[in-house]
Amino acid sequence: MAFAAGVDVGSTQTKAVIVDEHGRIVARALTMTGANVIRAAEHAFHEALKSGDLREEEVEYVVGTGYGRYKVTFGNTQVTEISCHGRGAVHMFPHTRTVVDMGGQDTKAIRVAPTGEILDFCMNDKCAAGTGRFLGAASSALDIPLDELGPTALGGERPVKISTTCTVFAESEVLSWLGKGKKIDDILLGVHQSIAGRSAGLLRRVGIEPEVTFTGGVARNVAMIKTLQESLGVPVNVSEESHYMGALGAALFALDHILTARTPARQDA
Amino acid sequence: MATDTTDGTIVGRGNTDGARLFREWFTGLTAAAEAGRGGAYVFVMGSLVELLRTFDFPIVFPEINSLQTAVRRVAHEYLNEAEDQGYSTDICGYVKADVATQLRGGALPMGRIPKPAIAVYTNACNTYIKWAEIWERMYKIPTITLDVPGSRAAGAQTWPGNPDFENDRTYVLAQLRELIPVLERVSGVAFDIDRLREAMGHANTMNRMWRRVLELNGSRPSVFNALSDGTIYLGVANGFRGSPEGAAYFTDLVEELEYKSAHGIGTLTDERYRLLFIGVPCYPIFRRFTEMFTELGGTFVGSTYLRFASGGANRGFEYDLDHPLESLAEGLLIGTRDAMDNMFFQTEILIDMLDEMDADGLVYHPIKSCRTVSTGLADSRRALLAARDVPSLFIESDMMDRRVVSEAQLKNRIDAFFEGLASRRAQAAIRNA
Repeated sequence: MAFAAGVDVGSTQTKAVIVDEHGRIVARALTMTGANVIRAAEHAFHEALKSGDLREEEVEYVVGTGYGRYKVTFGNTQVTEISCHGRGAVHMFPHTRTVVDMGGQDTKAIRVAPTGEILDFCMNDKCAAGTGRFLGAASSALDIPLDELGPTALGGERPVKISTTCTVFAESEVLSWLGKGKKIDDILLGVHQSIAGRSAGLLRRVGIEPEVTFTGGVARNVAMIKTLQESLGVPVNVSEESHYMGALGAALFALDHILTARTPARQDA
Repeated sequence: MATDTTDGTIVGRGNTDGARLFREWFTGLTAAAEAGRGGAYVFVMGSLVELLRTFDFPIVFPEINSLQTAVRRVAHEYLNEAEDQGYSTDICGYVKADVATQLRGGALPMGRIPKPAIAVYTNACNTYIKWAEIWERMYKIPTITLDVPGSRAAGAQTWPGNPDFENDRTYVLAQLRELIPVLERVSGVAFDIDRLREAMGHANTMNRMWRRVLELNGSRPSVFNALSDGTIYLGVANGFRGSPEGAAYFTDLVEELEYKSAHGIGTLTDERYRLLFIGVPCYPIFRRFTEMFTELGGTFVGSTYLRFASGGANRGFEYDLDHPLESLAEGLLIGTRDAMDNMFFQTEILIDMLDEMDADGLVYHPIKSCRTVSTGLADSRRALLAARDVPSLFIESDMMDRRVVSEAQLKNRIDAFFEGLASRRAQAAIRNA
C-alpha cells in the first residue's frame, strides 16, 4: 500500500494529512506553527506518521501547501492552498462548485469545476478583516476562549452592527459596545455577521454556485456556519475534516504524482 | 543612432538605446534646471509634446519622474515628505512624489528637473487637473486644461465625417488655437507652423512604429515583455514624441523586433503562457513582479498600459501635414479618447487583444493610489468573463507605495493562477486526446 502526505503550513497552525492510495485519510495531525516554520512542518508530519502507525519511508510523496509551503523542506513539491482547498472540498463533497475557506489570516472564495480545477478565486487583500483573526480580536477583548465564541453568539437576539473593517479597531469597537451595556452574545453575533458579510462579498466576486463548501479552521465555529448560510442564502457543506482540507488537498495532489508515475507511458503506433 | 550590442547582433538594442536616451533626457533637464529655464509640464494621455517642442520648452513628464522614484526604491522618501505636508495616504502616489520633488527644488535620483513655466494637459485623468492646480498655486504659472470629449459609451466612438466627430474636432481645434498664443507668450518663441509640421512628421513615424511594435508581439514566441521591456519603449514614446531621436529609436526598434520575430527569438526561452496585463505596473517591486510570472513560464504579450499611457499611440494615427492644426486636433481627439477607452471601456478591446495576441489569460492589477484606472476593473473583469471563458487573475498592489505591496500575498495568488493555467491545459489535453 502506497501513502501520500500533505502538509499545510498556515499562518497560525500547521496541519498534516496522510492518505492511502484510495484517497482515504489514514492519519492527521495539527500543531501550532510558531516561529520555526521548518520545525512545525516536520513536527506535524511526524505526529501524523505516529498517529497512523506509519514509517516515513512508507510515504512516497509529500506536497507542501500554505504560506510556509516552501519551508516543507522534506516535501517533493509545493501547491498553493487555493488549489488544495478546492481539491479537498471537491473530494469530500463532489458536488462542490464554490468553496469558502476561512483561516487565521485570510479568507478565500474559490470557484471550482467538477474535476476540482480552480476556475476563479478571490482573497482578502492587505488586511485580515473578515478572517479568523477578527474572531481572535473579539475573543481577546471579551476574554472568552475561541471555541466558546460560536456557541455564545448563537444566544444573541439583537446583534450589534460592527462597522469597522479593521481587525485591530474591532477590538475597541467591541469594548465600546460593552461600555454601552450591550449583551456579550449580541456583540458576538454582530461580530460573526460582520465576518460573514465580508466573506459573502468575496464569494459574490467569484460567483456563488451551489453547492458551497466551507473549509478552514473557522468552519468549526457553529455561529459562523449559521451566519454565513444566512448571508449567502444557501446551505453550506461542512466536513468533520474542514480544518484539514488544505492538507487533504495537498495529500491528494501527492497521490496524483504516485499514481501518474505508475501509469505506463502510452505507446503510439 | 543605433548601437550594436556587444555580441554584434541587434537583439536587446531597444533596451540599451532606451536607457541611453533616458539618461540624455535627464542630462538635458538638469542643464535646463541649472540654467533657470522653465519647463512644459505634461502628462502621458494627450501630451501634445510635438507642439510644445516647437516652442523650445524642456519637456517634463511628472508621472514618469514619480514612477522612476519607485523603480529606484526611494519613492517612500518622497511620499512621506508629501504626507508630512498634509497630503493624504489615499491620494495618487504620483502627485505626492511630485510635490516632494518640487519641495526639493526638482531633485530626483535621475537628475534635476526644471520648475514649470506652463502645464498643458487633457481631462483624460481627473487628477491631472487638481495636480496642475498645485503648480499653479506654487509657481503662479498658467495651467491649460484641454477638454477632450471621450466616448459616450462603449462602442459608440465616432470617426471623421460623422457630424458628432466633426463637432468634437472643432471644439478641440478651438482650444488649440487659444493655446498657441499662451505658449508664445510664456516661451517668448513665435509659433512656426513648419517646425510643427516637422515635429508632427516625426510623431507620425513614432505612431506608425508603435503600432507595429505592439502588433509584432503577436509572434510566437513573443518578442518583448509588455510589462518590463514595454515600459522602456513607452518612456521613449512619451519623452521623445515628435523628435528625430524618437523616430530613429522606433525605426530601429521595429527592425530589432522584426528580426527577433523572423528568427524565432523570444523574450523567454520557454514561453508557456501568453498573458495580457490590465492596469498600471507595480513599480515598487518592478523587476520582481515580472519575475513572479516569467519564472513560471508566463510572459506579458500585451497590456492596456501600453495603449492608454502612450496616449492612444497604439492606433497608429498619422497627421495630415498639409493641415497641421486641424489634424493635430483630430489626432489629439482620437488618441486621448482611445486612452480613456482603454481605461473605461475595456471589454471589447480585451476580447480583440485575446484573439490578436493569442493570449492564454489575463492579469488585472488594480492599484490603491490610482482610482481612475482601478475603480472599474472588477466590473470589467466580470463582463469579460461573461463573454469569454478565459483564466484571469485579480491582484491588488500599488504603482508607488511599497507599504501596500505585499510580495508574499502576490506570489501566493500568482502561483495559484499558474496552477489553474496548468490544470486547464492538462484538462484540455485529456479532452483532445
